[in-house]
Amino acid sequence: MDIHVVMERTEEGHGVLEVRGEVDMHTSPRVREAQIRLLRSGAARIVIDLSGVAYMDSSGIATLIEGLQWARREGREFRLAGLTPTVRDVFELARLADVFEIFSTRDEALKDA
Amino acid sequence: MAAEGTVSIRIPSDPKHLYLMRRLVQEVSLAHGFTEEEVRRMVLAMDEACTNVIRYAYGGDPGGTIDIEAHPIEDGLCFTVIDQGRKPDAATIAPRALDEVRPGGLGTHFIQMVMDEVRYDTSPERGTRLCLVKRRKPRDESQGKG
Repeated sequence: MDIHVVMERTEEGHGVLEVRGEVDMHTSPRVREAQIRLLRSGAARIVIDLSGVAYMDSSGIATLIEGLQWARREGREFRLAGLTPTVRDVFELARLADVFEIFSTRDEALKDA
Repeated sequence: MAAEGTVSIRIPSDPKHLYLMRRLVQEVSLAHGFTEEEVRRMVLAMDEACTNVIRYAYGGDPGGTIDIEAHPIEDGLCFTVIDQGRKPDAATIAPRALDEVRPGGLGTHFIQMVMDEVRYDTSPERGTRLCLVKRRKPRDESQGKG
């Protein structure tokens, strides 16, 4: 089971990490590694596009919590976009749906609030 | 001999094989009449149980084995996760409180939230036998524990 992670910078300078596949103990280190690179890139806003994630376990959630905490310490925005029903359900079980800024699509997340 | 209707799979204690276990749990649970939401959560709970085995019982060593069995019971399914590794200590199997936002420690919480019964049997000479029971809800009461 493979996972695809694609990093992009928008014209406005925002950083986007698109994740596709299943995020578990095996694949979450790749998401974490890409997320760290993106956080260190200096973008003021980070958007994690999860619309292609069919499954996520607690290791994926832990990776995103790490990203959120890092961004908060550094004064950056950290947004999630495109949660599939499966991923949203895991957030609800972890009672984290209100902790993150969650947007329905990547474009929504990239817009200024 | 396995009970009638039991389905089983043996995977190495290597996280790259977890998806095979998830497919089995998904298909068996759907076949036994659980809703899609219940199935999603059962897959998550079983994934977390096997992840804990890899992380704690085998300490990340991919050379062990994990046997996963799904036994039909009258009102649901009983899953068994059997390892030959170190036995768990209380700190490993206690769910953490959710009032603190921090990475880690959520797996056991998910297992406890999703499954109706969770029993650790450490009596075998080696390893642990973890039994996880999920019962079908009457459809008009299915808004509760998912």
